[in-house]
Amino acid sequence: MADLIVAIGDDGVAILTIDTQNRPMNLATLAFGRELDAAVARIAADAGIKGAVITSAKADFMAGGDIHGMVAAFDSLGSAAEVYETVARPFSAVLRRLETSGKPYAAAINGAALGGGLELALACHYRVVADLPKLILGCPEVTIGLIPGAGGTQRLPRLIGIKAAVELLLEGRRLSPAQAKAAGIVDAVAAPDDLLAAARDWVLTRGDAVQPWDRKHFAVPGGAGFFNPGISGFFNATATGISAKTYHNLPAPIALLHAVAQGTAVPMEAGLRIEARQFTKVLLDPAARNIMRNSFISKAECDKLAGRPKAIAAFQPKSVGVIGAGLMGAGIAQVSADAGLDVVLIDLGPEQALASQQRIASAYAKRVERGTLAAERADAALARIKPSADYAELAACDLIVEAVFEDVAVKSAVYARLAEVMKDGALLASNTSALPITQLAERVARPERFIGLHFFSPVERMPLVEVIRSKSTSDATLAQALDYIKLLRKTPIIVNDSPGFFTSRVITAYLFESIGMVGEGLAPALIDNAARQAGFALGPLALMDELTLDLTYHATAKRGEAAGPGWTPPYGFGVLDMLVRELGRKGRRHGAGFYDYPDGKRTPWTGLPEIYPASGRPATLPELRDRMLYIQALEAVRALEEGVIGNPGEADVGAVLGIGFPAHTGGVFSLIDTVGAERFVARAEQLAARFGERFRPTAGLRARAAAGLRYYPMAAAR
Amino acid sequence: MRDVTAFIYDHLRTPRGKGRETGALHEVPPVALAAQVLSALQARNGLAADAVDDVILGVVTPAGEPGCNIARTAALAAGYDRSVPGLQINRFCSSGLDAVNLAAAQVMAGQAELIVAGGVESMSRVPMSSDGGAWYSDPRLVYQNFLAPQGIGADLIATLKGFSREALDEYALASQSRAARAWDEGRFERAILPVTDELGLVLLARDEHPRPETTRQSLAGLKPAFTQMGEAGYDAVALQRYPEVFKISHDHTAGNSSGIVDGAAGVLIGNAEIGQRLGLRPRARIRAFASAGSDPTIQLTGPVPATRKVLKNAGMTLADIDLFELNEAFASVVLWYMDELRIAHDRINVNGGAIAMGHPLGATGAMLLGTVLDELERSGKATALVTLCVGLGMGTATIIERLG
Repeated sequence: MADLIVAIGDDGVAILTIDTQNRPMNLATLAFGRELDAAVARIAADAGIKGAVITSAKADFMAGGDIHGMVAAFDSLGSAAEVYETVARPFSAVLRRLETSGKPYAAAINGAALGGGLELALACHYRVVADLPKLILGCPEVTIGLIPGAGGTQRLPRLIGIKAAVELLLEGRRLSPAQAKAAGIVDAVAAPDDLLAAARDWVLTRGDAVQPWDRKHFAVPGGAGFFNPGISGFFNATATGISAKTYHNLPAPIALLHAVAQGTAVPMEAGLRIEARQFTKVLLDPAARNIMRNSFISKAECDKLAGRPKAIAAFQPKSVGVIGAGLMGAGIAQVSADAGLDVVLIDLGPEQALASQQRIASAYAKRVERGTLAAERADAALARIKPSADYAELAACDLIVEAVFEDVAVKSAVYARLAEVMKDGALLASNTSALPITQLAERVARPERFIGLHFFSPVERMPLVEVIRSKSTSDATLAQALDYIKLLRKTPIIVNDSPGFFTSRVITAYLFESIGMVGEGLAPALIDNAARQAGFALGPLALMDELTLDLTYHATAKRGEAAGPGWTPPYGFGVLDMLVRELGRKGRRHGAGFYDYPDGKRTPWTGLPEIYPASGRPATLPELRDRMLYIQALEAVRALEEGVIGNPGEADVGAVLGIGFPAHTGGVFSLIDTVGAERFVARAEQLAARFGERFRPTAGLRARAAAGLRYYPMAAAR
Repeated sequence: MRDVTAFIYDHLRTPRGKGRETGALHEVPPVALAAQVLSALQARNGLAADAVDDVILGVVTPAGEPGCNIARTAALAAGYDRSVPGLQINRFCSSGLDAVNLAAAQVMAGQAELIVAGGVESMSRVPMSSDGGAWYSDPRLVYQNFLAPQGIGADLIATLKGFSREALDEYALASQSRAARAWDEGRFERAILPVTDELGLVLLARDEHPRPETTRQSLAGLKPAFTQMGEAGYDAVALQRYPEVFKISHDHTAGNSSGIVDGAAGVLIGNAEIGQRLGLRPRARIRAFASAGSDPTIQLTGPVPATRKVLKNAGMTLADIDLFELNEAFASVVLWYMDELRIAHDRINVNGGAIAMGHPLGATGAMLLGTVLDELERSGKATALVTLCVGLGMGTATIIERLG
């Protein structure tokens, strides 16, 4: 069955309706490109056809990207020349033939037009878009590690100017119909019922079959080329901004800028070839595959609760109780209220309850001010939150999330009070980030109804939730907890209870490695800069100062006490001990940590070299980066082998979304696959020889490397 | 091939006009500015119109009027015979010195007898970067090479070496006072060619840029020039190459950086025989020259490798050099050079430099050579090393030896 239906009207206007078979959204596949090409040829050859309107039978005009296909294709991509000819060029060439075929084309954009869909519309000679509230237009390829490959980098700047086009494309911004019209990307906005008529009308009355850039004396609006100081200054500043923001870890943004800069200095045909070359290079870089796989495929698996026990009925909670109105508790209350749940927010006493109500109210007010939430919705959500000091109010709650101080005794006291008021079917979750769920479960009335829900701060913004089950947690509890997270529109990963769960365990390894570097005499500036170049948003030492050092210090020291004699402290623990115990340097809020904070601003701690003088052994950036990345990957491998986490895809979602593991790697396991297990193991052995046993790869990993196994198996050919 | 020595017979420079519409040389087209220097060299040395084998001029922004090989057009405008070819070269800030080196090379190779080498720049008429080169306009090149403007490099050098704002300003103050003293004592008299209009009336006889009234306080009151630029992203880019730096301190201002000015200069270079034939007395011999590359991100650290290279070419050591002339692109460039090579301030830029007098990009290299030659003659010292830092991380250096 066809993805494109062609119907010739009596008025001589062909209506081309896109309807990709067996897909919820239309896709610009190679097959679709061939059908479109055939239609274009037919329309060009038929003197009776005056022109064509392109529209869609689905809710979207064309908003899908074949992400699975592209991720799978990465394993079977051939040489650059092959990719250029068979993947990058075909659809672009079809669109070029469409716009030069001699017949006018009008795009009747009835729904979302993203990526290839917008590029198809741009190749048409006229664009009219339906005035629908949720309709979006844009080229978001850069957000998944790609660049537009079918003329977006060439047509958009020729339509609206280089600066405006580059800003939209580098951000992957989505526009509303009104915004698209104001920007000059579409010609008109029409009521949905008038859309087709408006398009047809244009074909019959105006019907210009020549694009502006194919006319003599065409000049890119606002200038192009390298003699134009305004434009070349813009190229410089934009390249600098990309370099400063992405630390050269992403191939797509600079490839996109290059395609625009070079492509707009030459005629369209050459520009399209330049774009296709850049698209080819980006596609062949694993970063795009890693980003797509992690942020799309793996995340989607988590979002649709792939690990949810099947037999349990769907959980539709109406009200949730949150114990503790601190930073985390207030955040959990907010996102629950946003999802339509009634929230009872319990605090220590009436004054604290009132204070938290005020704090939450101003948090909502800020969101409205920023424009991220409509005022009515904020009011409605706020009305659903009831701060109280009275545990009795929790009686009707379907689930309770405890977010009090990280101390077993304090939490136990809360659980004891909850046991008296919680309703029978309710489940109880703890937001602990490190206390063993199994241990806490011993203090609750019904261990099988107890589970860990580790949210990340700030709760409103961080999508990840670590769902931690102990041996006693029932399947029903797990399933219901996942349903709740899905209701919150957050991304859960399922973790089995163990020290540090998954995310804390992995990030702590990295933080201690970095702290250890301080002990080696390396400057904090170097360590933090190395981390940012590796792709972490914030340097580890600046981060530790932010989180305060004594939390980690005491938590680790406590673990050491519990472990007894023969405990090996983590690498770098000595430095933390020096800073926290000896020097009282506990972090930014205390005025000093790894850095000094006069007036709260981070400045270098000039006294540090006296305590840890430089060793004289030069540390290169690649070595520091490898230590930081590998220590996390190795920890993750151990966690997987111990059964703490179930599969690499889920672990990588946790790594990227929860602890900011560099997105271009696709996550810890994706990193190992990208480097290649054999090379990874060899490098890890080198690091172990030089820096210590913590870098020694497990026997399991070595065996996988020897057997040529990947964590993400080669995709089956489609 | 014979071993021929290249001699410096004479040199001239225009005064440097302010690089703005209000500058005294703004109304003088660059061809005319260069032509006046070429004419004057010819007249002062009694040269026939066809005496010279080549004219080599450095221009850093050869776009518009100074484009299209200004050396040839200026030679024709100066009344040189059509048999005299011309060549315009560009190695950015050291072009004037590179022109001298190229001329010397041809003479030393026995392939030319007499060449005028120098440079010209009308910064008030043709702004920097007008020629749209890939260096700053090709986004991928900028990205791949972690390029940042020179002011960022200057501030980064100061940060790396711990040069305070006060230290930079102190250096700038010295440039001003040394330049003022040099002018007042007539140390530049022999070198200066006043610029005239078409009727022969003097437009400018003295450098316009210096501020002899400069004080520590007046310098301290100036705003740092590169903070905004740095915060726009260039600092973050530079720190990717220098990750041991916590934060770049922005301390260079208009007062401790080189001035933007108009000017032209020429140096007459030839072998021994031509001097004898034409009755010219050689003033110095060119011992050696070299160019070197260095980090393109920090851009300004070329002089040290260039200096090491030229000393090796000459078979000399630093101790053999009496005077140094290093272009004062930014105060930190000179302070860094002095620190790296352990050169005392009384041996370098003794008559001030571009901070006081301005840096007419393509001409400066030739001007520095003339300045230090005059100082060798005035002081009776023997040897001098001239060097300049160059954009995109290069340096050029030349060693001369005064003849008794």
